[in-house]
This record gives sequence, C-alpha cells and structure tokens, in this order.
Amino acid sequence: MENFEVAREDHSEVSILRLKGFLDAHTAPNFEQAIQELIEEKRFKIIVSMSDLNYISSAGLGVFMGFIEEIREKDGDIKLTNMTDKVYKVFDLLGFPALYQIFKEEAEAEKEYNR
Amino acid sequence: MKAKTQKYRLKIPSVTENLQMIREFVLKIAAKAGFNEETQEQIALAVDEACTNVIKHAHHHDARRLMDIQIKTDANKMIITITDKGSGFDITKLKDPDVEKYIRESRHGGLGIYLIKTLMDEVDYEFNPGVKNQVQLTKYLQKSVTS
Repeated sequence: MENFEVAREDHSEVSILRLKGFLDAHTAPNFEQAIQELIEEKRFKIIVSMSDLNYISSAGLGVFMGFIEEIREKDGDIKLTNMTDKVYKVFDLLGFPALYQIFKEEAEAEKEYNR
Repeated sequence: MKAKTQKYRLKIPSVTENLQMIREFVLKIAAKAGFNEETQEQIALAVDEACTNVIKHAHHHDARRLMDIQIKTDANKMIITITDKGSGFDITKLKDPDVEKYIRESRHGGLGIYLIKTLMDEVDYEFNPGVKNQVQLTKYLQKSVTS
C-alpha cells in the first residue's frame, strides 16, 4: 500500500514537486530521492506544492532542512505552496515560516523565481 | 459524570511502515476519549515521533523487536506509554533545536523530541538501556478544550 506520492512537473528552470498523502519516517526517503534527483540534474529552483499532503512529521521536515543550504548556495531555493492549515501548523511549530518562503499558490512562487 | 478508565495496548514490530497503523490506533482512541480533531492529530504526531525514535535509535529498524504502546484514558486525560528494550538514549540530555543552526549543519535529528515536548502537556522518561526504556506522554482534555 503506497500512502505517499511525489509528482514532478518542470516549467523551464523551475521544478514543481507535488506531494500527496502521508510524509513520515517511512516515506521521507521517497521525497529525499526526488529532491536528490533535481540536484543531480542541477535544477535548483524548486517549488514543493502540498495541497494533497495530509500529514507531515519531523522526518519529512528534515528533508527540507537537509538540502536547503546546498540549494541556496547554487542560487536556488525551495519555496513552499498550497499548504493545508494542518500541515502549516507543524511547519510553524518549528519556525519554518521565518526560513522558507511560503505562498498560497504555485503560480505566485513561480512568479517570484521569474522576477 | 465520570468516565471509566479505559486501557488499550498495541505490540507492534519496530519498522517505519507500521507508523501509519500506530497513528490510526492513536487517533481512534483520542477521538473516543473526547479530544477535538486538532488535538487528536497532535497526539498522533507526538506518538509517531516517539515511535520513530524507538525504531531508529533503540531497535535500529529490527522488525523482530516489538514496541509496546499502552494507552490509558479517563475523564480528563490520555496517557500513552511507549516501551522498548533497546539500547536507548537519554532524550532529556538533548537540547531544543535551533532550526537555523540545524539548516547550517544539515542535520536531521532532534526535531522530533522538540515536537513531542511542544505538542504534549507532560513528557516523562525512564531509561534502563537493554532492560526497559519508557516514554510517557500525557495530554489533558480540559486544556485542549480551553485552548
């Protein structure tokens, strides 16, 4: 039973990862692999879209933190969009809003990259 | 009207694929105990974090080793006790994480413990590595109603 999925869509320089389901210690390696692939392809402008993400634990949050430094050094970023209130609360508890740009819609984050 | 004490128990192999099942077990009991939906989810997240620690650090992903999750509910609280017999590590010695520092150092650990402490009303530990390690998480009903 697969309870987590990552779908990727590339728009010129920007890559969107759409997360679906439950992101915990069991599924975090799948997400980690998706980001790793983007880094290997030198695609550093990343949007993580979470409208269908039902759940996140610290294992999932750790993935964001594990790569952000390297990505920002390459003039890239991970911008977060379409969070449900439930998922946002977990990000908020750990102070992520001060460290990551969060947008309501993917288009806003994309616009920010293309400024 | 005083609700009777209810007890539940789940003994389950220490693998991450069981986390979903553990969360569902906790969510159902928290709902039955009268917690609102948001608090049910907070409790399930705290238990997920505590079990993830056991799986990774105490039992080292060994499916032959069982985690013992016992839950007790009464009229005003829910107590979750998670027991393992692994090598153990003293969570009390971990400092709260500085998230910015974590990012600089590309570290992953420690966030779970911080979440547990933030989400639950009381967190107690007992360490006896190799014999029995226990973490006990308590959430009070009234606090969740008033907050």
